[in-house]
Amino acid sequence: MPGHDHDHHHHEHSELSETQLRVRALETVLIEKGYVDPAALDLLIETYEKKVGPRNGARVVARAWADPAYRARLLKDATPAIAEVGYAGRQGEHIVALENTPKLHNMVVCTLCSCYPWPVLGLPPVWYKSAPYRSRAVADPRGVLADFGVTLPVDTEIRIWDSTAEIRYLVLPMRPPGTDGWSEDRLADLVTRDSMIGTGLPKTPESSK
Amino acid sequence: MNGAQDMGGKHGFGPVEPEPNEPVFHSEWEKRAFALTLAMGMPGGWNIDMGRFARENRPPAEYLSMSYYQIWFAALESMIRERGLVSDDEIAAGHSLRPPKPVKRVLAPDDVAKTLHRGGPTERETNTQAAFKAGDRVRAKNIQPLTHTRLPAYVRGHIGTVERVIGCHVFPDSNAIGGGENPQWLYTVRFDGRELWGADAQPGTSVSVDAWEPYMEKA
Repeated sequence: MPGHDHDHHHHEHSELSETQLRVRALETVLIEKGYVDPAALDLLIETYEKKVGPRNGARVVARAWADPAYRARLLKDATPAIAEVGYAGRQGEHIVALENTPKLHNMVVCTLCSCYPWPVLGLPPVWYKSAPYRSRAVADPRGVLADFGVTLPVDTEIRIWDSTAEIRYLVLPMRPPGTDGWSEDRLADLVTRDSMIGTGLPKTPESSK
Repeated sequence: MNGAQDMGGKHGFGPVEPEPNEPVFHSEWEKRAFALTLAMGMPGGWNIDMGRFARENRPPAEYLSMSYYQIWFAALESMIRERGLVSDDEIAAGHSLRPPKPVKRVLAPDDVAKTLHRGGPTERETNTQAAFKAGDRVRAKNIQPLTHTRLPAYVRGHIGTVERVIGCHVFPDSNAIGGGENPQWLYTVRFDGRELWGADAQPGTSVSVDAWEPYMEKA
């Protein structure tokens, strides 16, 4: 129904414009009243757009793959272990690392809102915050994994972690075979954001070529 | 509250649709709504639980038809309005029409990095003993609070096993409604898929929630 689609898009567009105007109006009022400093707003945006993102988590995972002592520290108490690599703070005050094994796959969700480990993964993607993921991850994890093109062996146990408190979860995926002797930098390139949420697997040496 | 935010186990929302090479923000106003929300926490004086309650506390049809940052922005507007920091006529005019209310602190550019780095840890000292230990079987209480809670509906009334005693943490049900932090013991509790979803459960699956002691009873 092309006509329907057209109306829908038009409707969405005008609503977004209205939101845009409201945001701008409120921002102006808040700045004029001195409640917010526009330079601080710019810094907040820059931090999460440019500095904090899943490459942070990838460095943590790569170090855990390369260094057994670090891996043990990460699995025992992730927050200080992650701080060793330089990441800490808001929405990552209490982090727990979850180890995937050939028999066990971990997957993280927040059914109630959008809790996500910001210091290591940045801000969550839209799908993580969306109703399809939040509703289905807990009851239909294999179906959700299929949406991501991931099929696990039938005898792999799947553990879902619903982030209902201020504990944030980081999945430690399995190190891909064929990476013996690789440097941490090279290993980090195999670590995808989704593999640290549990909706994906790391790249392999073949798939990353 | 049993609002639209409590989505676990609901049907009909369709497939998960990941966006390839997704940008962090999808438009300029999303960036501003995000930054305003973070920055206003300091002068606004609200806590994270009040923020979450302000987001979920709206008619389900409205919640489900709004985008994520539209919900954030609507919550920000309502918290600002409730505290009398800005009036409707000022939002309509797009300008301040009267002097500001005194606020405790404003987020200065020089404080952004250290404020984010400090975050808001929720663990608190306690001299109470945890009522449960790892391995205990517990039942999530069948409660129906009208205000903010972090016990999802899909586990209520179901039996799980305490996997870990996390520590004593700020209790959102109290903190969200101005009742103070009222710290309580927090546990990771794991539920077998069959316990939650019956014969329709996928074999070999389980779900854990992080649940405060007042949510649980001995099973």
